[in-house]
Amino acid sequence: MAAVRDNVFPTRMNLTVTKTRLKGAQTGHSLLKRKSEALTTRFRVIVRKIEDAKLKMGKVMQNASFSLAEVAYITGDISYQVRESAKHATFKVAAKQENVSGVLLPAFEADVQSGAGQFELTGLGRGGQQIQKARSVYITAVKTLVELASLQTAFVILDEVIKLTNRRVNAIEYVIIPRIENTVSYINSELDEQDREEFYRLKKIQGKKKERAAVALKDSEEKARQAAEDGKLHGDNDEGTRDILAEHVDEDIIF
Amino acid sequence: MSQAVHKNRTLIAAIGDEDTVTGLLLAGIGDIDAHQRANFVVVDSKTTQEQIEEAFTSFTKRKDVAIVLINQHIADDIRGILDEYSAAFPTVLEIPSKDHPYDPTKDSVLKRVQLLFGD
Repeated sequence: MAAVRDNVFPTRMNLTVTKTRLKGAQTGHSLLKRKSEALTTRFRVIVRKIEDAKLKMGKVMQNASFSLAEVAYITGDISYQVRESAKHATFKVAAKQENVSGVLLPAFEADVQSGAGQFELTGLGRGGQQIQKARSVYITAVKTLVELASLQTAFVILDEVIKLTNRRVNAIEYVIIPRIENTVSYINSELDEQDREEFYRLKKIQGKKKERAAVALKDSEEKARQAAEDGKLHGDNDEGTRDILAEHVDEDIIF
Repeated sequence: MSQAVHKNRTLIAAIGDEDTVTGLLLAGIGDIDAHQRANFVVVDSKTTQEQIEEAFTSFTKRKDVAIVLINQHIADDIRGILDEYSAAFPTVLEIPSKDHPYDPTKDSVLKRVQLLFGD
């Protein structure tokens, strides 16, 4: 698979920028991993609590059923009466948020409003005491259920958050960091190639300069020889005529 | 996950057999709101699966219900929908009934737990 990298110009500044990004990604990755581990630990604790609570709930509900059976024994069937007189919930739950290693988890609190008025008429004939007893047993039972429900909600939400965090950790580890590393190596290779080109160019120019210097030297020697020969032919009064311009060859100026 | 959304969820809904619902109503969870909707449904031998499913769906869609209590043997009837339900609110809690003691192997939530920690 072709190396995926970011499209940036291969300059030295971009190299430092990209290296900083790599550092940031690595820090982020380790932080997220730690967060995921903390959450998973907390998660396991909750799972264990849920398992225990569910077993306890089984027993609690059984107790409650027994007390209801007692009521039925004494008073007869009150279920219809109870159903008809249920108008407004006196047992409600209040939600509050708890911060658990960065995650806002909701928790339920049982909110029992003392309003026994609903079932005042139930069991007026007989067994009122049993009914009250059954009522308090069931209130305790429902309180246990509320706690259990809180745990369960926390479980579900934590589960999602952990999955999300793990997804992000994997994304950074397998997608983002390789991308940035590929970008860094691309920039490095481009810069190296530019350096090599620069070096090659300089060497070539030096070579050309040397060549030109050698050619020019040969030319000037040639001219000097010619001049000397001409001087011998035309006599000695041409000693003074020297071509100063041809003698001195100026160096090329390269910036 | 804003706090404001949860403040209104205060009710405990119940889908169960007669005894379970009676007991829970005794505790005081029963509520009939302005639209004449009750937050409890008694399931007997004549109740069809569609009715149970409809009750479950309507409870979970309501914004004022925080917890839905359901007897485990009734939950078995709508196990398919229950397994698909994965929202955090309202929480669905499976409770045992007088004739059917609690069986952890059938609980939807615990099954998800096993999935995660099965290894």
